[in-house]
Amino acid sequence: MGVDAGTGVKPPLHETSIKVENVSITYRTAYEKIPTLRTTLMRMGRREKLVREIEAVKDVSFAVERGTVIGIVGANGAGKSTLVRTIAGILPPTLGRVEVQGRVSTLLALGVGFNRELSGRENVILGGLAAGLHREELEEKYDEIVDFAELEEFMDLPMRAYSSGMYGRLAFSVAIHMDPDILLIDEALSVGDAKFRRKSFERMRELCAQERTIVLVSHAFGSIRDLCHQAVWMNKGHMEMWGEANDVVDHYRDFLGVEEDRTDKEDL
Amino acid sequence: MSTTSAEEKGIKGAIAEEREAIEGGHLVPEAYRDDEYAERHVYLPHKVGLPPMRHYLDLVWKRREFALELSRTTMRAKHFDTAFGQLWLLLNPLLLGCVYFLLIDLIRQHPRPISFFAHLLGGLFLYQVLQTGATEGSTAVVRGGGLILNTAFPRTLLPLASMATSFKRFLPTMLVWLVIHFAAGGHLSIYMLWGIPIVIMVTVFATGVAMFCAAAQVYFRDLSSFLPYVLRIWMYVSPILYQWQEVPAHIRHWLLLNPMSSMLASWSTVLNQGRPPDPNLILIGTAWAIVGLVFGALFFISRERDFAVRI
Repeated sequence: MGVDAGTGVKPPLHETSIKVENVSITYRTAYEKIPTLRTTLMRMGRREKLVREIEAVKDVSFAVERGTVIGIVGANGAGKSTLVRTIAGILPPTLGRVEVQGRVSTLLALGVGFNRELSGRENVILGGLAAGLHREELEEKYDEIVDFAELEEFMDLPMRAYSSGMYGRLAFSVAIHMDPDILLIDEALSVGDAKFRRKSFERMRELCAQERTIVLVSHAFGSIRDLCHQAVWMNKGHMEMWGEANDVVDHYRDFLGVEEDRTDKEDL
Repeated sequence: MSTTSAEEKGIKGAIAEEREAIEGGHLVPEAYRDDEYAERHVYLPHKVGLPPMRHYLDLVWKRREFALELSRTTMRAKHFDTAFGQLWLLLNPLLLGCVYFLLIDLIRQHPRPISFFAHLLGGLFLYQVLQTGATEGSTAVVRGGGLILNTAFPRTLLPLASMATSFKRFLPTMLVWLVIHFAAGGHLSIYMLWGIPIVIMVTVFATGVAMFCAAAQVYFRDLSSFLPYVLRIWMYVSPILYQWQEVPAHIRHWLLLNPMSSMLASWSTVLNQGRPPDPNLILIGTAWAIVGLVFGALFFISRERDFAVRI
């Protein structure tokens, strides 16, 4: 399955699940974490810049065949999360084109997608409706979602009463029960306790066996090696390498100059 | 679009061609299609900050259930679905109306007839469509941060949910107004039906304001702190605490620069006086409603891409 960025042959169109073509992503953001009118006026008074432009992804192209598990590795700020958000349709590209075949489900950061003031049940329904599912579909899947997350007695409580582990379990359960053709996961596999992590891992394996396409952003070399067929290494917005997962991890590890240890696998 | 044509024309040319086809309606961009079993999503750069509008609006319509559910859960979270919650929704503006009525009596130093109380309440209740829409709308995007970071959907649905909440809170207040209207010796009139297009006008205008506030709050998080003061001053200059007929003719045209003036003046005429509205005021109100919605919607949608990186 390994496809090299430089020499690889793209799979036929009908088998392509994700196609990223010459994608660049630039966005502007404020200097302050919480921008206000007051700080903006103060900055204007001091003739300071109000926004900075970030070129998060620069001219990246790759294609993912249906049923492939592809990992994205890279340092913090390399553009991994931005790229996945673009594949999810959350942040349209500045240049280039992204084509995705199939229903996408996302788990882009633990716990997000949920309003803490509403109950678990309300959050599941709202999240599903926003993602384009019909109410009947959601009602059909609801029991499975709750069973998998093991949160039966908590679903009618406001989510502010949830622990971070419960929050993560529900988010993971929702993402995998949306019947996705493509599952986008951003560093979210370390969910709940050891038992739940094992269950999540098994479920991921099942999804892989069902020809679902999975994009996994992770710092854990163990996760990438164990789960992924291919990997993309992002470095300062550029795609440094695209190929067989073990090769990419080896090159990336050499680049970092670090040893791989057992904790990488435990991140899973 | 085939891979071959993309290779021949270069990716930029192919994108421009695809975009043109989408906007011209020759190509259904399955990116924006909610087909359960054969979804295909194509994400292209936004042109002048805007997605292909026809399909964006199509998607808003298809996901309307989300906005309605969000409005329902927001009402439920604030206990407005309970009997006491409903009672508070009626009592709150009623008490506010009493306070303003007494205040105006004191300022003017002579008692106002109870029919003025009906005018004041009617105006306050309608103004609350704008007030609630703008206040709830201002936090709609920031509050929906989790969903915005995790899910692709038209963000317009968030301020639209706020407007649905605002409208649901407005409807029962009209029962209170009706009671006061009859108590003041008022009667039913066929011209009251003009109230329906006027409510639509205010709702349309308020939707634009809610969308503008929702987007602006992302850039200025203290906007929601200023907003109550702005809305209160806006209310004072609108024909709620005074009647349009009392305004000297030579300053009326200045007051019409306030979009709410024409709508609230027409509202009071048809509801409290049972007379047909001034056609000029209806035309001006309609124009303001359309301008407000178009401006608010374009501002919001053109900023939408930024939300995922600014929240």
